[in-house]
Formats: sequence, structure tokens, C-alpha cells
Amino acid sequence: MVGALASSVSVASSALLGAAEAAAEHGEHAAAVLNGPNSTLKLGWLVVALPFVGWLLTLFFGKRSPMRGAIYGVTALGAGLLISIAMFFQVAGGAAPYHQKFYTFDIGGYEVSTGFSFDSFTVMMFAVVTLISFLVHIYSLAYMKDEVRFTFFYATLSLFTGSMLLMVASDNLLQMFVGWELVGVCSYLLIGHYWEEKPNSSAAIKAFITTRIGDVGMMFGIFVLFFAAGTFDIGGINGLAASGGIKHGILLAGATLLFIGVIGKSAQFPLHVWLPDAMAGPTPVSALIHAATMVVAGIYLVARNFDVFRTAFALGPGGPANVVMIIGTITMLIAALLAMVQDDIKKVLAYSTVSQLGYMVAALGVGAWTAAVFHLFTHAMFKALLFLGSGSVIHAVHSNNMSDMGGLRKEMPVTFWTFLIGSAALAGVPGLAGFFSKDEILHFAFHNHYYAVFGVGLLTAALTALYMTRCVSLTFFGEFRGHGHPHESPRLMTVPLVVLAVLSVTVGSLNFWGMKGFGVWIAYAGEQHVAEFDVVAMLAGTAAGAIGILLGLWIYYWKKAPQGLLDRVAPFRWAHTLLMNKYYLDDLYIKGIVRPVQYSLSKVAYWINQKIIDGVVNGVGVMTRKALAEATYWLDQTVVDGFVNDVANEAGEAGGALRRIQTGKAQQYVAVAVVATAVLVIAVVWAVR
Amino acid sequence: MRLMSILMLSAALFSIGIYGVLVRRNAVLVLMSIELMLNAVNINLIGFGTWLRDTAFVNAQAFVLFVIAIAAAEVGIGIAIVLAIYRNKASIAVDEVDSMKW
Repeated sequence: MVGALASSVSVASSALLGAAEAAAEHGEHAAAVLNGPNSTLKLGWLVVALPFVGWLLTLFFGKRSPMRGAIYGVTALGAGLLISIAMFFQVAGGAAPYHQKFYTFDIGGYEVSTGFSFDSFTVMMFAVVTLISFLVHIYSLAYMKDEVRFTFFYATLSLFTGSMLLMVASDNLLQMFVGWELVGVCSYLLIGHYWEEKPNSSAAIKAFITTRIGDVGMMFGIFVLFFAAGTFDIGGINGLAASGGIKHGILLAGATLLFIGVIGKSAQFPLHVWLPDAMAGPTPVSALIHAATMVVAGIYLVARNFDVFRTAFALGPGGPANVVMIIGTITMLIAALLAMVQDDIKKVLAYSTVSQLGYMVAALGVGAWTAAVFHLFTHAMFKALLFLGSGSVIHAVHSNNMSDMGGLRKEMPVTFWTFLIGSAALAGVPGLAGFFSKDEILHFAFHNHYYAVFGVGLLTAALTALYMTRCVSLTFFGEFRGHGHPHESPRLMTVPLVVLAVLSVTVGSLNFWGMKGFGVWIAYAGEQHVAEFDVVAMLAGTAAGAIGILLGLWIYYWKKAPQGLLDRVAPFRWAHTLLMNKYYLDDLYIKGIVRPVQYSLSKVAYWINQKIIDGVVNGVGVMTRKALAEATYWLDQTVVDGFVNDVANEAGEAGGALRRIQTGKAQQYVAVAVVATAVLVIAVVWAVR
Repeated sequence: MRLMSILMLSAALFSIGIYGVLVRRNAVLVLMSIELMLNAVNINLIGFGTWLRDTAFVNAQAFVLFVIAIAAAEVGIGIAIVLAIYRNKASIAVDEVDSMKW
């Protein structure tokens, strides 16, 4: 198997060389393609195209191909990864951004162009997406070996990666939206991979519909910005926004609508509910989609259109509190709390992802562009590592629940050590990746007097350390509580883990304090940013992580904490119940949105009456000890109920009358259409005459 | 004048087609009537194309070729639907197919 991989990589590289030669023959600047300062950037389109080619090949020829079709995806991503790394080195060496226009067409007098734009940020995303995707492709060879629809899985995996790359490379919002939606479709297909079981297909539908709510917002945001700026071009829109060429009110509306899309896609409060359910998909998919790539699409959108957001919300040092910052701060805290009580190991990681995405959004909200993007970069490494590690564990014990694990340290040494490194990186242990990126965010928030973000960020850091300690303790220490004899996963699964573990240790130092590293290579519109050392932020962040880890060890490893606290102390019990029920948000959405839409208008009226109006009435009644109860009761019964019932009845009757029109006889419909058209034509002709 | 007569022919053909679609019970005849209507449109296109002489002449012809190709595909689908209905109901009377209602 490893030999096959090596040969596929060599095939990929020779294919790459062939393409480069072809480009050199046909290109206008034949020499520049191979020798210019940004030469490999001109191959960027290949990185986007390869997964799509892989997808088609897998789909049409997969079942008759070697490795049941996986060969195409692995080769495409391997080649893509090589190009991306070459691009990354060129960008880090200061290559100028490369802009590639494809096709321009007119829509109603507006010129719409499509194209790719490869600047340092795009290239970084390329490197992250292709790296994680390539490792996931390799890992899945072993993980998915005996699973249903193996070939289809690989086809969708390639399509997903291609869509993400298409989105990241787009130079205009319209094309970006296409990639964005494709990503959504693929996540639907992959989450629902085991659709034979109802909860899995429900989870896929939930993910699709919940993100769709955000997508509608994003679409209108694009429209607003388009009509304000007269172009879809991202550079053009941001330039206009920065120079004050768009009225502030319109810009604010556009940015807010775009941010609704971010809330949906990046699983921010209150639309974060889909991500934990999305763990119904195969674990490698969770690593790819729900840790490293898809959910960061929202972060990418904000970071890519940062001038729009910066101008609209006045982000940056000394700016006011804004919706981006608030949503991010809320999300990081509530998701970290939820991660505390999960038994499913993947759900711990899922909520952790939500929490870390909240970190990034909050960082963008305070204007810390480099810190947010750097956290995106490091988080992709260690979260993919953690997901793949949890997949390795699940593969061994055949259960997602930590109550079936324990004591796996000895049986699965590679998984244990890599998982431990990933957890340490996430918890912010000094020297590892998460430490540097988290420190950047905390430092920026503290330094610019966003003390609320700083405080909640510290609390979240402590909670993160705590729940990861809990997770590691329950999974790898103590007695084995499951069935059978778990054993270490095959080489194909452990090698990606080791690669990611090495990266989780090292990538943090790319942005070492005072070093001209990440913040200089990857800069927004040339605004370079060198990480600064701040003793308060660093010590506070480290202390928060240490407290979390010690608390976690105290409770879950040494088991010194008083037992049964949850049963005896009422506030703890309440908090636990609240968290176990996920703040009742799912219930609220199901009862408040899904059911009413399902069961028509009268149910809505009934629900409003029962839950809201009655609830208000009861609250008032209790508070005033019946002083106002009679009056309110009368008001409720006659005015409110009367109105609500009337509305429902009217709607029902109107529907009853109108449905008679629908006879099902096609010829009657045609007759109506013909007569109506004839009347219209006659009217128009008469009017024109 | 020449355009006028072509348009009259087209209108007559179109009306016959509409009549067929509205009145005929046999689904195959309804499909044939739709075909008449499409061809009426084609005649219209060619008529105007000729009347306008220059580039529109070629455009109209290209357009008509597309209409013919798509009409063929449409008839294929239509016949397939008719066959499916026949298999289920042992009848191709369009007014008996009215299950898509309240």
C-alpha cells in the first residue's frame, strides 16, 4: 500500500511537470512561468482543478480502478499538496500576488468576471486544505476499508476539497458563493454517508438546512455589496469600502448579512447546533470538514473581506463593541462549557471546534487579523490530529462513547502520544502550536482594552484545558471499560497522525515573538504584523491553561474531587441539566421553528398562545400575586386569543375555498393560461396602440 | 405582404395546436398538437428572419434548429410519461389523470 502511494506521488509529480511544460509552451510568458518570482502561483489553478478531475474520474471509473477509485483522489491531492507547498515557499519569500482572469460576461449591463486570485492568504489556505485533505485521503484508505460506498465516499471527498479550494481561490464574491454552496452540498453528502440509519440522515439534513439559513443572509449580503459597489470583485469592493466609497449604512447592512452566513457556516451561536450532530459522518470526514476546512470558510470570508467588516463595524484598536466580537465571545464560552459534559469523544471535539471558531471570530471582531488567521492555521493542524486520533480510537473499540474506552494508553501507544500532543497544543501548553496563536489573540485583546474578550478568552482557555484533560483521562487512562481487545491502528492511519503531531508541535514557532515569520508572510493587503511579546497576556494564558489541566487531573485522573457533587449541590445539578440539554436550543428550534412550519399556521398561533402569551401571563400572575391576573386573563382570552383564532380561521377558510381551483386536470390549467395570456396580449396591444 | 401571409399561416397553425391541446383527450394527440404549436413558432422565426434579411436570417435558422432538437427531446420525455401512465391506468385519456390535486 505504501509502495502504491509512493508511485502515485511520483506519477503526480511527473503529471505536474507535464502540465508545467504545457503551460510553458502555450503561455504568453513562457520563461516567466517556470522562472518568474511568482512562477508557481501560476500553477494555482491546477490545484483547484485536480480534485475536480479526481472527482469525475472516481465517479465514472472508480469501481473498476485500482484501490477502488481512491487512487484518483490521493494522486490529485498529493500533486495539489506539492504545488501548494511550492506556492507557500514562494509567498513566504515575498512573491507578488498573482491574479488570473478567466471569463467575463455581461449581466444586465454589469460586467461579471470570474477568476482566481493567489495572494499569501489564499496560498496559506491552499496549503492547509490540501495537506489535511491529503492526509485524510490516506487515513481513510484504512479507516473506510470495509465500509459501504467506499468509492462514492472518495469521489465526494475530492469534490469537497475542490469546492473548498475553488471558494478560497475566488477573486469575486459570486464565484466564492458557488464554492461555498458546493462545500455545503458535499458536507451534506458526507455527513449522511451512513444514511440507512435515520439519525444520520436527519443530522445531514439538519446541517444542510441550518447552514442554509446563513447562506440566505450571505446571498443578500453579496447582493447589497454588489449594488453598492457595482462589482462582485473582492478587491474592488474592499477598496471602495476602505476608501469610504460606500455609504456606511449600506456597508453595515452588507457586512451584517455576510456575517449571518458566517454564523451558519462557521457554527457560531445561535446556529452552532448543526456541528455536533454532523459527527454522524465518518470520522475522517469530521477531521476534514468539521475541523480544518469547511467550518473555517466563514472565518475565511470575514478575513478575505476584512476591509468591508473593518469599515462597517469600526473594528480595530479602540473600536466599539460589535456583533462579530460579541457572537464570537458568546460562542467560545458556551461551546467550551458544552464540551465539558459530552460522553461521545467526537462531540467533545466538535464543541471544542465551535469554541475555537468562536475564538477566531472574536479575534476578527477585535481587529486581530493576523492572530485570527494564525489561529485558523494552527487549529487546523491539531484539530485534524485530534479528530483522526479519535477515529483511530473509535476504529479500535467500535464505540464513540468515552464510557466504553479507558486504559488505551498501552494498547495504542502511537494514537495515545499523538492525541496527547494534539490535546496539549489545543490546551495551550507553552511551546506548542495552540499556545502561540491563542497568546496572539489574548495579547491583542488585552493590549487594546477589550477586557471582556480577554477575560472570556482566558476562561475559555482554562475550560479548554479542562475538557481536553477529561477527554484524555477518560480515553487513555484508567481501566478499559469496553468489550473486546483494542489494538493499534494500521500504519496508514498512524502515519498521518505522526505527521500532524509533528506539525502541531512546530507550526506555532512560525510566529514566534518578534520573528518576521507568519505575520509577515501572510498579511492582509500588505499590513504586516510581527508578533509582540507581552508578559501579562502570556502568563495569564499559560496560567489559565495550567489551572484547567490541574483541575482536570484532580477530578478525572487522580479522582480527588468530592464524588457526587452533581447530585448534592443544586446549582451544579441545574447547570449540568442545562448543559446536557444543550441550553434547550435544539428544543427551541424544533418547537419554535420546525414544528410550526411543519404543521401550518394554526399550530404557530397555538404555540405562541401556549408558550409565549401564556408564559408571560403566568410570569406576571406569579409576580403580582393575582393582582393583574383577571385583567390579563380577560385580555388573553378575548383579545389575543380572539385575534389569533380569527387569523387562523380566516387562513383555513381561505385555503379551503382556494383549493377547489386545483382540479388536477392539466387541460383546465392550460385553458386558464391561454385565456390569461390572450387577455394580456390584447391589453398590451391595445395599450401600446 | 409576404410576411403577413407567413404570420397568418403561423397563427392558424398555432391556433389549431392550442385547440388540440385543450380539447383532445388522447395524450398522444395532445403531444402532436404541442408539436404543431412549436412548428408554428418555428415558422414565425423563419418568417421574421427572412423579413429582416441580414444577420437575423442566420440567427433565426440556428434558433429553429435548436427548437427542433429540443422538441425532439421533449417528445421523447412526453411519450415516456404517456407510457408510464398507460402502464398504471390502462388508459391515456388526459382528463382521467387528475391525481395531482387536493
